[in-house]
Amino acid sequence: MSEMYDVIIVGGGPAGLTAALAAQQNGAKKILVLERDREPGGILQQCVHNGFGLHHFKEELTGPGYAQRCYDLVKDLPEVEIFVDTMVLEVRKDKTVCAINPKRGVMELQGKSIILTMGCRERTRGAIRIPGTRPAGVYTAGAAQRMVNMEGYIPGKKIVILGSGDIGLIMARRMSLEGCKVQAVLEICPFSNGLTRNIVQCLNDYDIPLHLSHTIVAIHGKDRVTGITAAKVDDKMRPIPGTEFEIDCDTVLLSVGLIPENELSNGLGLAMHPLTSGPIVDQRRETSEPGIFAAGNVVHVHDLVDFVSDEAEIAGKFAAKAALGEGGKADRDFAVTTGDNIRTCVPQHLRLGAEAEKVRLFMRVTQPMRGKLKLKVMSGGEEVFTKPLMIAKPSEMIAVDLPEAKIGALSAELVVSLEEGK
Amino acid sequence: MERKRDVVVIGGGITGTAILAALARLELSCVLVEKEPDIAAGTTKANSAILHAGFDAPTGSMKAKMNVEGNRLYHELQKDLDLDIRWTGSFVCAATEEEEKQIEQLLERGKANGVPGMEIWDGDKVREKEPNLSSSIRAALWAPTAGICWPFGMAVAFAENAVENGAEILRECEVTGVRVESGKGFVVETTQGEIHARYVVNAAGVFADKVAAMAGDTSFSIHPRKGEYILFDKTAQDKLVKGIVFPAPTKTTKGILVCATTHGNTFIGPNAQDQDSREDTAVTTPGMDEIIAGAKKLVPELPMGAAITQFAGIRAVSDTNDFIVGESKSVKGLYHAAGIQSPGLTSAPAIARLLAEEIAKAAGVKEKADVRKGRPEQPVFRELSADEQAALINKDARYGRVICRCETITEGEIVDAIKRPCGARTVDGVKRRTRAGMGRCQGGFCGPRVIEILARELNIPVPKVRKDGADSYMYEEKLGGGRK
Repeated sequence: MSEMYDVIIVGGGPAGLTAALAAQQNGAKKILVLERDREPGGILQQCVHNGFGLHHFKEELTGPGYAQRCYDLVKDLPEVEIFVDTMVLEVRKDKTVCAINPKRGVMELQGKSIILTMGCRERTRGAIRIPGTRPAGVYTAGAAQRMVNMEGYIPGKKIVILGSGDIGLIMARRMSLEGCKVQAVLEICPFSNGLTRNIVQCLNDYDIPLHLSHTIVAIHGKDRVTGITAAKVDDKMRPIPGTEFEIDCDTVLLSVGLIPENELSNGLGLAMHPLTSGPIVDQRRETSEPGIFAAGNVVHVHDLVDFVSDEAEIAGKFAAKAALGEGGKADRDFAVTTGDNIRTCVPQHLRLGAEAEKVRLFMRVTQPMRGKLKLKVMSGGEEVFTKPLMIAKPSEMIAVDLPEAKIGALSAELVVSLEEGK
Repeated sequence: MERKRDVVVIGGGITGTAILAALARLELSCVLVEKEPDIAAGTTKANSAILHAGFDAPTGSMKAKMNVEGNRLYHELQKDLDLDIRWTGSFVCAATEEEEKQIEQLLERGKANGVPGMEIWDGDKVREKEPNLSSSIRAALWAPTAGICWPFGMAVAFAENAVENGAEILRECEVTGVRVESGKGFVVETTQGEIHARYVVNAAGVFADKVAAMAGDTSFSIHPRKGEYILFDKTAQDKLVKGIVFPAPTKTTKGILVCATTHGNTFIGPNAQDQDSREDTAVTTPGMDEIIAGAKKLVPELPMGAAITQFAGIRAVSDTNDFIVGESKSVKGLYHAAGIQSPGLTSAPAIARLLAEEIAKAAGVKEKADVRKGRPEQPVFRELSADEQAALINKDARYGRVICRCETITEGEIVDAIKRPCGARTVDGVKRRTRAGMGRCQGGFCGPRVIEILARELNIPVPKVRKDGADSYMYEEKLGGGRK
């Protein structure tokens, strides 16, 4: 016999907790959050640095502080239950959720709506095929962050970091603060893939060299890492022979990208987007399967947790409405497609009904641009929305709200592009 | 510490563990010594994981005999030892007229070797079974008795069965010398003391010639030959193959293949690189380029974005190019299982049976009365029905806590892997017994949890937990303190 919920949320990180709050605020009476770790909060638990919450909570918080804030907002709500130490094994199209935990054993739970908020995982050494031996001491930056900040152990003393993603930059500073020597950060792209503030605060302030257009061409060491060979890469990102140099280290940390964790979404057979690696969603964050919503890094990897929360509020609200039968009817479906210089845009389509709806778009650009830039949203040859920008980087998400009035009057697909000014 | 045993088996790979299991059934006291922290740490952990049908080796060679017999024995042993094998059958593909002649020759050789059921299929029939194969493939040799397996799991199964039958396994026990005491047998000098024995079995893999030489037998030498592999995520299997697909063979190897694993992954490789080092398992860029190019001849569209890891193994090639199995010509009581390159994995139970028979005869012993055929039951959570899962969690709540998300491995399974006979002691030992850390995140999430469980169950400080090798510590130190 399965228990019935209005909304079941898979994942108790910032997205899941915020979605639970939004669902409660929009009338859902029975909400369940399933979290696989020992505590709610998700990956923020290990992000002990500050810089979170400036947009969403209008104050600067640490990662655990942000997670606590999200948790505090739902923990005493009678409508919200949270199961920790709980692994979801399967989500079915009929919105049953199979999960296990040590206390309750095997559970079959029935939701009226489901929200997927599983977050993302890190790309590994294998995915980028770094040659060399396979000793201990090669970790993803996030795994090392957990080791240091949660388990209380130092993975190594002399560090090389591959990739200038934000976690790698944060870990460069974190390891330095623990008395380790960060020898270098290598980045295969000709530009950094982290937030500018992190380059400044985590590398420049600690005199850690950043080698752009460089990669690791071999990892050395039999039992434990003893060093790496680095090399410069050409414009096709292939190592240039003759540019190799050795760096002595006992640890290699990888910060080479994040991948939405969509095993459950794939199991469900949701329509997925090849570039975001997440489910295709509409403006309510409803997936291709009616009643199944998704938000946060599982849809597309965000740069700021604040945006994750914003998106989870949308999903939570509409999941609650769907559960209560207040979803309304959509009679028009328009694609949102990417034009010049925009790599990805979420949502990928709009399902519109009689009621006016706010639409928030999240976008990432294809390459760094600066100058007089113009973000343009076109529909049927007409400008729906424009916004001037000074700078755009692939590492930073662009978020814009489209005016409700314009959305109500739409009659053709939206095309989003970024133009360089004249 | 001094020990006295009837037999010492040197080397804990698939060959050594299979021999130990066969010897443990006899009225003999047996000990296996392995220099690494875990068994199956050499060639056994990095190979193509194929149980070959037996058409490759020259008719009449030891390789051919052991291969065909070993394949037959695995069919028998699979149930008793709960071996992870899938009998998929294998293809050898021909893309040219010349290669078609080659597979005809393989068919004839296979028949002469006693391989059952082989046929030549035309390209379209092959692609019906493996739709992603190249349209350039004109025909293929189909061998239904070939299979894929989990080599590490099989070595563990042999080891556990041997321990069940009273054998002993010493890990991190490196042989430093072998003294021959005429008329009294051997003294095997190890890093854990001397072991007196009547018989010594040399199953030392790439070091087999070194071990033989310690005992005074210099009749053969071993030449390391590296092979590199790329492994793909389970999600990529529908773009690759469901079974075993070889190209037409070259003079030295069976070529770069595309092959499924028993867990639903797929790999490409290996290449064949002769080298001096017996331990250098570094993966190289030219090597990866070579296997990608080779595999593309079979499956033109490789899903390279789904690659999850790369690794290399070292084949132990003897100077005769055949297996060296049997009693040493110069040292009585010393038995070799040397030069065990492919099809060594397939041949292991046949080699084990042959040597056990020879040693039983020499020692004048027979099988024990109460031989155990199996090993302790090992629950695999993900393979159980919902009702079985519920019952297991009810019995032991640790089976309700998933530690490895990618492969759905529970704490109960990890603790069991550590507590079993010849249990896991390292992170990779847990990985190879349970698959924790073997999935797409490659231990990013579960690594710290596995370390914590290992430290707790082995009752050692967390910074003493190792990945694989003797000095492969996972953590440098505790915050504000050393490894102690």
